[in-house]
Amino acid sequence: MKLNLDQEKPIFIQIADGIEDGILTGAFPEESQIPSITEFSVNYKINPATALKGINLLVDEGIIFKKRGVGMFVSKGAVSQLQKKRQDQFFDHYISKLIDEAKRLNITSGEIIAMIERGFTQ
Amino acid sequence: MSRIEVTDISKTFKDTNALTHVNLHFEENTIYGLLGRNGAGKTTLLNIINNRLFPDSGTVTLDGDTLTENTAALSRCFLTNENNLYPESMKVKNAFKWSQVFYPDFDIDYAGKLSKLFELPQKKKIKSLSTGYQSIFKNIVALSVNVPFVFLDEPVLGLDAYHRELFYKVLIEKYAERPFTAVISTHLIEEAANIIEQVIVIKSGQIICSKSLEELLASGYCVSGPAAQTDSYIQTKNVIGTESLGGLKTAYILGIPDPDMPAGLEISRMDLQKLFIRLTDMPESHS
Repeated sequence: MKLNLDQEKPIFIQIADGIEDGILTGAFPEESQIPSITEFSVNYKINPATALKGINLLVDEGIIFKKRGVGMFVSKGAVSQLQKKRQDQFFDHYISKLIDEAKRLNITSGEIIAMIERGFTQ
Repeated sequence: MSRIEVTDISKTFKDTNALTHVNLHFEENTIYGLLGRNGAGKTTLLNIINNRLFPDSGTVTLDGDTLTENTAALSRCFLTNENNLYPESMKVKNAFKWSQVFYPDFDIDYAGKLSKLFELPQKKKIKSLSTGYQSIFKNIVALSVNVPFVFLDEPVLGLDAYHRELFYKVLIEKYAERPFTAVISTHLIEEAANIIEQVIVIKSGQIICSKSLEELLASGYCVSGPAAQTDSYIQTKNVIGTESLGGLKTAYILGIPDPDMPAGLEISRMDLQKLFIRLTDMPESHS
C-alpha cells in the first residue's frame, strides 16, 4: 500500500483507504492479521493517533476487528462488504468526474460509451 | 495528567524583546511542533522553560510546582539544544554514563542500540563529532532519558535525508511504545507535519497560534482560479496571502469555504507549510 501524503485527503482517510485497497487486492486476506498501529505509524512516519483514527474508521464499519492483546484482523466477509460500499460510491467517485471532464472536452455520451466498451475488450 | 504551564513570560536582551507575554501549556503524551522563523524566540522559550535562562517576568510550572531552580521538577524534563552541556573532551560513551547519573531512568542499552543504528562512534569525543553527529548524539540522549517532557531544539540540524527519516521513525517508535511529551522546535516543517498533533507558532517573541494541527488546517483554505474571479470572491474574505502566476491567482483565506463556489474557482486544503509561511509573513498589525 502506497500513501501520497501530499495529497488533499486527510492522512487518516488515506490510511483507511490504503487498508481497504489491501483487502480488496488480497494483500490483507480475510481473517489475517494486519500490521499494528506502531508499524503503520513508523512506516509512514505519521503520528500513532492518526493511524489509530484511520483504522478505527474500519473497525466501526466492521471491516477490521481487534483481538485484545493479539492485534487487528480482517473480518470475514470484508471483501464483499467493501465491494458493495465501493460500488455505491462508484458513481460519485469516478463517473461524475468523468462526465465533468467529458463536458469540458465536448465528448458525447455515445463516445464515452464506445470508449468504455473498447476498454473492457482490451 | 501532568502538565507544564507557561504563564505570562517576557524576556528582553538589551533592547530586543525576545519574548512578550507568552502563555502556553504542554499536556502529557502529546507531540508538539514549536514553529517559528529564525530568531522568533523558540530557543529562548525552551531555555526558560528548562531553567537555563531566567525570564524577566512570568512563571513556568509543572503540575503547579515551579520549574525555576527546582531540581525535582526539572528532572522530569529534558532539553537538547545547540550549546552542549557536556565537557568538550568527554567521549560519547562517558556522556551516556553521566546522563544516567542525572536521569536515573536513562536507558543506556537503548542509547547503545541507537548509536549502532545511527553509526555514532561511541569512543569519539563529543567535540570531534560533525554537526550532524552532534545532533544525532543529542537526539539519542533525548530518546533514552525516559522523562515525561522532552524538548528537542532543532533535532534535525545538519542531518542528511537518511538520518532525518531514521530520526523520525525512531521517535515515533519510541513514542508509540512508551508515550511521552515531545516538543520539537523546527523551521523544517514538511517532514514533521505528519507527526505533530499540536502546533505552536511563535513570531517575534509572541505566540500567534496554539491549537491542534487538525483545527489549524481546518481554519483556512486555498482558492485558485482566473485572477478576476478570485479577486471578486476574496473581497469579503479574511485573506492572509495571495500568489499570482500569469492570469492565475491563488488566495489563502481564513474561514470556511462557501458551500456554493463560483464557477471556475477551485478550493484546496491549506497545508501546514503554506499556512506557516502565510502566518509568519503577515505584517505585525494583522497578527
